[in-house]
Amino acid sequence: MTQLKMADLRVGMVLPELTAGPVSRLDLALYCGASGDHNPIHVDIDFARRAGMDDVFAHGMLSMAWLGRLLTQWVPQSTIRRFQVRFAAITRVGEVIHCAGEVRELQQVDGHWLATLALVTRNQQGETKISGEAVLCLPISDREKEQ
Amino acid sequence: MIDQGFIGHRFEPFSAEVEAGRLRAFANAIGEQDPLYRDLEAARAAGHPHLPVPPTFLFCLEMEAPDPGALRALLGIDIAKVLHGEQGFEYHRLVYAGERLTFEQRIGDIYSKKGGALEFVVRDTRVVDHQGTTVADLRCVTVVRNG
Repeated sequence: MTQLKMADLRVGMVLPELTAGPVSRLDLALYCGASGDHNPIHVDIDFARRAGMDDVFAHGMLSMAWLGRLLTQWVPQSTIRRFQVRFAAITRVGEVIHCAGEVRELQQVDGHWLATLALVTRNQQGETKISGEAVLCLPISDREKEQ
Repeated sequence: MIDQGFIGHRFEPFSAEVEAGRLRAFANAIGEQDPLYRDLEAARAAGHPHLPVPPTFLFCLEMEAPDPGALRALLGIDIAKVLHGEQGFEYHRLVYAGERLTFEQRIGDIYSKKGGALEFVVRDTRVVDHQGTTVADLRCVTVVRNG
């Protein structure tokens, strides 16, 4: 786990990647129970087929939770001001999911850095599954204050 | 077509307690190994009063509503046709195990695309602590696949 050193913060900086999966049916069952999201389409293949799907598929919020881990392994959670995603494609059983983030914008506001990050999850073929954004409020380092 | 007259509809607020055991189960389900999110002593050593609620878990607590399917029931939506389209969080402070939170949900918007083949329902949720202070705002976009 590599935490952000404030002196390194710059636009274009890439967050330490996080990989999850291969997604198993057990993962989906555990997430169903722990999250309280009991939509059967994620755990009951009979239901999923009746709904016109080939198979069960992962909860979008499981992938968003992985992106949350990507953030909190890099910065303290208290720095996260906003966190939002769009679910673009279904994450399937067996897929390996790569979670990535990059600093897109830095603004100094009221004695802090506001850092806007672009976030994405992709499978092993590089297909985008979810994309989103987070805004972090980070302290300005002592060295920067002296400048 | 979903009746746009429901835009602005407010659901009966409900409360849920953040349980430490549930946070540990959630940490297991999302592969979170950081002791900060699993071990009370580690959380306290890092300056927290209790286990912190990880970034996406407030969405899970929305499932604690007396009827988690109330929105679908109100709008006449079949659970087999729904997908999670977008999810957003705006955080005002960290929330911890042991807190009792109140969830105030309202329908923020209803709209359609592709000539009604896809319909979208936006649910805005304000999360309030026991003192009545807003701790987070959530935005959930549900997609309904028609036909």
